[in-house]
Amino acid sequence: MGLSLPVGDAGTEVSTMSPNWVTTRLDFLANWARSNSLWPMPFGTACCAIEFMATAASRFDLARFGMERMSYSPRQADVLICAGRLPFKLAPVIRRIWDQMPQPKWSISMGACASSGGIFDTYAMVQGIDTIIPVDVYVPGCPPRPEGLIYGINLLQKKIKGESLLDADLRQEHLVGPDGLFQPARHIDEVSEPFGNSVHQTRSS
Amino acid sequence: MSGADDGPVSPSVAGLRARFAGAVRRAVVSCGDTVVYLEPTRAHEVLAWLRDDPSQQFDYLMDITAVEYRDEERPLEVVWQLRSLSRRQDLRLKTELAKDAPLEVDSVYDLWKGADWLEREVFDMFGITFRGHPDLRRILMWETYGEGFPLRKSFPLRGHFNRAEQTRQALAANPEAHYSLEELSIAAAYAELPPEMAQRLARGQRGEVA
Amino acid sequence: MSTRTIEVGLRTPTVDPSGAVRLEPLGVQLPPHTPVQDDLGGEHMLVNIGPQHPATHGVLRLVVELDGETVVRVVPHIGYLHSGFEKLGEYRFYNQIIPLTDRTDYLSPMANNVCLALAAEKLMGIEITERCTVLRVIACEISRIISHLVWLGTTGIDLGAFTPFLWLFQQRERLYDLQEAWTGARLTTSLTRVGGLMADIPDGFEAGLLDFCRTFPKTLDEVDSMFTRNAIWCGRTQGVGVISGPDAINYSLSGPMLRASGVDYDVRKDRPYLGYETYDFDVPVGEHGDIYDRYRVRLEEMYQSNRILVQALDRLARLKGAPINVSDPRVILPPKHRAMSDMEAMIFHFKQVMEGVKAPVGEAYFGVENPKGELGYYFVSDGTAKPVRWRIRPPSFINLACLPKLCEGVLLSDVIAINASIDIVMGEIDR
Repeated sequence: MGLSLPVGDAGTEVSTMSPNWVTTRLDFLANWARSNSLWPMPFGTACCAIEFMATAASRFDLARFGMERMSYSPRQADVLICAGRLPFKLAPVIRRIWDQMPQPKWSISMGACASSGGIFDTYAMVQGIDTIIPVDVYVPGCPPRPEGLIYGINLLQKKIKGESLLDADLRQEHLVGPDGLFQPARHIDEVSEPFGNSVHQTRSS
Repeated sequence: MSGADDGPVSPSVAGLRARFAGAVRRAVVSCGDTVVYLEPTRAHEVLAWLRDDPSQQFDYLMDITAVEYRDEERPLEVVWQLRSLSRRQDLRLKTELAKDAPLEVDSVYDLWKGADWLEREVFDMFGITFRGHPDLRRILMWETYGEGFPLRKSFPLRGHFNRAEQTRQALAANPEAHYSLEELSIAAAYAELPPEMAQRLARGQRGEVA
Repeated sequence: MSTRTIEVGLRTPTVDPSGAVRLEPLGVQLPPHTPVQDDLGGEHMLVNIGPQHPATHGVLRLVVELDGETVVRVVPHIGYLHSGFEKLGEYRFYNQIIPLTDRTDYLSPMANNVCLALAAEKLMGIEITERCTVLRVIACEISRIISHLVWLGTTGIDLGAFTPFLWLFQQRERLYDLQEAWTGARLTTSLTRVGGLMADIPDGFEAGLLDFCRTFPKTLDEVDSMFTRNAIWCGRTQGVGVISGPDAINYSLSGPMLRASGVDYDVRKDRPYLGYETYDFDVPVGEHGDIYDRYRVRLEEMYQSNRILVQALDRLARLKGAPINVSDPRVILPPKHRAMSDMEAMIFHFKQVMEGVKAPVGEAYFGVENPKGELGYYFVSDGTAKPVRWRIRPPSFINLACLPKLCEGVLLSDVIAINASIDIVMGEIDR
């Protein structure tokens, strides 16, 4: 599904142009424009989606950050906010939507379930959407308070403001590999291992 | 605090015993609810009578589900929860399916349309087939889900495959399945398809034009 | 509600089978199997709605087969939020299942918490205290209000009205403040425990809730004035998505879906729990079984919930200082200071935390009137501290199954309206 990563040198590209006053001013302008008019793609699945809606409503008001225009079409969106748990059945859907978003794009993993699987260490749950798509900001919480989500959005804005036009890696599409996985298999297994209290959760009696 | 002395038995039990002596295995009361165990082959008949008989009038199907016990020796149970809206009575009916035989029971879709998705879910989670159901496909997992039936006790909590394999299978699934007219009409005509074609479709493979 | 309050004079042109052009009043349901003239002679078109779509109220996928603008068939596909709740429940103590219930119907979390505690208490044969009963009624009715507020706001958005969403969510924020003060969380409340509650209401809760109850009907009146006599609203909702009473019973519908079709069935009245038979409230019942009646039923339910809340607050004042938990130390954790100083209390604490509270062998089903319909939890126990089977009887799952029936012969935009009117929450449907 989708194209495969271009085989060959996947290392860092060295830019032929060195940063100068023009590029830094252009960077500032582009980043300022991008970070203050992020159009979110609310990939809302579960409870976090309700807190996302509350964040967009009057009391917490995402419109202050230029984000009130929800883009349900990925073609017009800048940031994919995965709000809620992601089961395996929904994995190809979010992958496709991510691939459909044009660059520049960012993603926010909102909530514990999107970041790591949350309380659902079960047969049906993706243990963190970063095994499916690249993630820029993780917002912990179950669900995160609207203030928490806004803090995450502010962090993303800070990240965007630190970007540079000369960095070709930034706008690289990271596609699903030829083995059908986005992350190496070993890595997925490692991050999905239960830890802490959930090590004991598989005892049924 | 449990077992047979937990409250009065539902009045329907007497009527059931009188009419379906062979079909009723036993009746218990647990936490105030009456549970009647039925013969699997006669369950549909009994449920139809409970719905239609004027003294019973169990017109409302509350729920259909299944139970598997931790004790491997115990059979699987299919549970029907019925309610009579007019008489304000509840009744729970169960039938036991031995694990060494095919897990099959008659569908009650013809009695209550609400059984449609409920039976599909029991099929999806336990692998119990409901004979006569018009469209018995998986409903919560995707149709080509290969790990088995999740709510069985032999199915581990985190699934049989490792996470990388589950992710790979998930990403390989086609999000546009069931999005063609042929598939929709095939789903409607599923019962009349030749068996090889039905099996091939069940595996998620598209056909070839001869 | 036997006559329409407003006559809508809008008409839409259609072609009847004989080829003559006719003006159909808007909002009139064509009888099913009315042959629609296929004048272009083209084949039917498929439109895929979802699973990611603003108007599906969650991750629901609808594959709609269209003949022009008219729907021939709708096939819903669910399971995009299946998380394995019921499986997970078999690996948890009864009190540990309570946080799971927040996440099924996340629009009315406290009501699910209450239902689970009631089911576990029925299984274990525990009787809760009076103050706990009243507090649980307050929790259920607050949940009913917040759920219906989301429903009304998002349905308004689906049909093109954005402003009421903001008004109603502002009211939700007031209730969220109260929920947060009581339980510590805005949404995932985990309010109840088997045998009681996690905590008593804090200072200022009663005053805050009373203040809410005094001013909330005014917001409802404003929303009422926006929608109830609005020509667009009536035109889009009257006569659309009709299901008759007998059909609704046969499809096992519950809650406002059932009552809008004229079936007077409310779990709070027919098999009362938590002392609902002692409260003075009405249950709105519709007549036509269309979207408009469901809207009226839910709107009126919010007024009635407000009424119940005022009565409950009244009782709470008389139960000041009463205990909220049963005094059985095998079920309820002893107070911390006692667990630290008294050996027996420490042992009880240890046993509950490490081994869980064991339920007797048996099974129990408990159904409550959730905002979406009848939510039921069915526990089967084998004598251990973790249930053998935890079954959630999900009202939205069963209500959604009648969507194909409701959408026979309607227009495409009606599918969105009908889907909104069922009031689904995917967390509960997919579990």
